[in-house]
Amino acid sequence: MKIDSNGSEYRDIWVLAELVGDDIHRVTFELLGVARNLASKLSKVKNREEEVVCVVLGSGLSEESRKRLFAGYADKLIIVDDEALRVFNDNIHAAVVSRLVRKYRPEVLISGATSRGRSVMPRVAVEVETGLTADCTGLDIDEDSGLLLQTRPAYGGNIIATIKCENYRPQMSTVRPGVFKLPEADFSRTGVVVQEELTEEEKVSRLRVLEEQTIEDATVNLSDAKIIVTGGRGVKGPDGFKVIEEFARAIGGAVGASRAAVDSGWISYAHQVGQTGQTVQPKIYIACGVSGQIQHLVGMQSSDFIIAINKDSEAPIMKLADVAIVGDLFEVIPEIVKLVRRDDELKKAV
Amino acid sequence: MKIVVCIKQVPATTEVSIDPETKRLVREGVEIMMNPFDTYALEEGLLLREAHGGEVIAISMGPKRTEATLREALACGADRAILLNDRVLGGSDTFATSYALSRAIAKIGNVDLVITGKQAVDGDTAQVGPGIAAHLGWPQAAYVSRVIESDSKHLVLERMHETGYDVCSLELPGVITVLKDINSPRVPTLKGRLASRKASINIWNASAISADLTKIGLNGSPTRVVATRSPDARDKHTIILDGSPEESARELVKILKQRIKL
Ligand SMILES: Cc1cc2nc3c(=O)[nH]c(=O)nc-3n(C[C@H](O)[C@H](O)[C@H](O)COP(=O)(O)OP(=O)(O)OC[C@H]3O[C@@H](n4cnc5c(N)ncnc54)[C@H](O)[C@@H]3O)c2cc1C
Ligand SMILES: Nc1ncnc2c1ncn2[C@@H]1O[C@H](COP(=O)(O)O)[C@@H](O)[C@H]1O
Repeated sequence: MKIDSNGSEYRDIWVLAELVGDDIHRVTFELLGVARNLASKLSKVKNREEEVVCVVLGSGLSEESRKRLFAGYADKLIIVDDEALRVFNDNIHAAVVSRLVRKYRPEVLISGATSRGRSVMPRVAVEVETGLTADCTGLDIDEDSGLLLQTRPAYGGNIIATIKCENYRPQMSTVRPGVFKLPEADFSRTGVVVQEELTEEEKVSRLRVLEEQTIEDATVNLSDAKIIVTGGRGVKGPDGFKVIEEFARAIGGAVGASRAAVDSGWISYAHQVGQTGQTVQPKIYIACGVSGQIQHLVGMQSSDFIIAINKDSEAPIMKLADVAIVGDLFEVIPEIVKLVRRDDELKKAV
Repeated sequence: MKIVVCIKQVPATTEVSIDPETKRLVREGVEIMMNPFDTYALEEGLLLREAHGGEVIAISMGPKRTEATLREALACGADRAILLNDRVLGGSDTFATSYALSRAIAKIGNVDLVITGKQAVDGDTAQVGPGIAAHLGWPQAAYVSRVIESDSKHLVLERMHETGYDVCSLELPGVITVLKDINSPRVPTLKGRLASRKASINIWNASAISADLTKIGLNGSPTRVVATRSPDARDKHTIILDGSPEESARELVKILKQRIKL
């Protein structure tokens, strides 16, 4: 909504929670930590108390989950509990969030830049007429204006932009999971619960979720993984990916793939990293038999630490890597797996 | 089925620069291409037209030279193409872009389905598709990896998320955003290429789509890029391990242990 004067009727930092089944996605807690920080800064600039509000849409939120959200620094929970919210429906979720935004007027609204967050937030932004900054990796409050400073990579991470939304409220962003530290939980904290109902009108949707297929395998979930082991054309075939998978399981990572490997049919698209796959930012990225063409690099170059295993010491990935192992992946990986399995300390850590 | 496919022209490289004055992308002298995800959007439109009849309309918003990308869409088999082109549309963010595109879709009239790519590889936002749906008040399904069933009234589709898939039914008119997994785009035929050269592309300006001027262009955009910079340089020092597999493995495990503890 466009603001005319100073927009002082807008207050508080809202976090849209993400539920996975009955559990809360880790990114929600990362965001509550960020929100806490933003709220303190904003309180100083505005000279009034700004709260962290967590909006939870779902069905049957447990007492335990509520406690965890307060412990994770929410001051207030707005809970909409309805069977119609059990599955993720962009249209219903957006309609409810938009109504709550109009009613309570938050200053800031953030969610995880997950596939769900990135589906529902653009709808909300348009419904309430405001801006939305996608996939942020940094959020701060401007000490003079109190405006939200949103930092995000664009052009495959080759440019970092800072974006403001000065004249519209709320200021909205989606935030990349895994970028912000999980704050230490404080179970002595408590807070207020506000219960909101879903209207009959909001329950009607022309999108219906008929069936949910969850893949329990942790080697598939690239966006939540701290370690990703990626195989490229050098892996040679579907059997080669067993070596990659074994490596990933040994160190508690997920399995990535280059487009060349996916297009050859060796592994499914859900694993593809890069321009036409997923953008990932794990703590450790291990590229095995990947040459490192620009379209692959743009999807992983923001990883904290990059390891490459390649026969060709001149491959572009070797220049980007923090550790470049020159060698045959079929000889090196089994050695690594052997050592990792023997190492109790490492086994415990992963 | 009347299908609109939204196509964006993007730089063919990620080595781009931003004008320090305007904070906008320097587009002069940069090689361009059709946004990769949009090639899958177009193909899905063509497949649905082949199955159900109707037409595929390719639409883009951008400078005059975007015509070249729309011609590519025509060469692949789109029935017609529309370019939204007006100085006042310049500097649009995703709110304003999706608004302008939604106005054009409303003007086309009787559209059953809008298909967009999952995201543009330059801005990387993935917001325009859902934004169009919201402006039109239509339902949406994002990250679609498969259309399982389709008729003139609805689609049954699979959409992908981090830990699996949802099977959904979408009543039309609606909007979907698609992933690479959904199909394998065709290459244009020679005949298609020749025909596309001669085809005329409709150029619509802001008044043609009856756009509210407060919702388009730089002034109608809620977000503003206030600063840009290059990413922090990576620590350029690369540790090279080129000994025997056993030696390299031992070194690496040492390094891994340090990193995992961090
Ligand atoms: C529009 C567009 C979008 C694209 N999107 C993506 C994307 O999203 N993701 C992506 O990855 N690519 C993408 N690409 C493709 C990209 O340009 C490259 O073609 C692709 O990344 C190459 O994959 P690769 O590194 O596995 O294969 P190659 O380039 O063939 O490299 C294989 C590497 O393995 C090494 N090797 C071989 N055998 C061994 C062995 N036994 N041990 C160790 N090393 C070995 C070789 O030395 C070589 O460096 C895209 C391209 C285009 C045009
Ligand atoms: N200027 C534009 N003209 C036409 N379609 C666009 C434009 N910008 C974005 N799109 C469509 O919206 C999708 C998502 O783009 P984005 O939200 O910019 O990442 C693209 O894949 C296109 O299908």
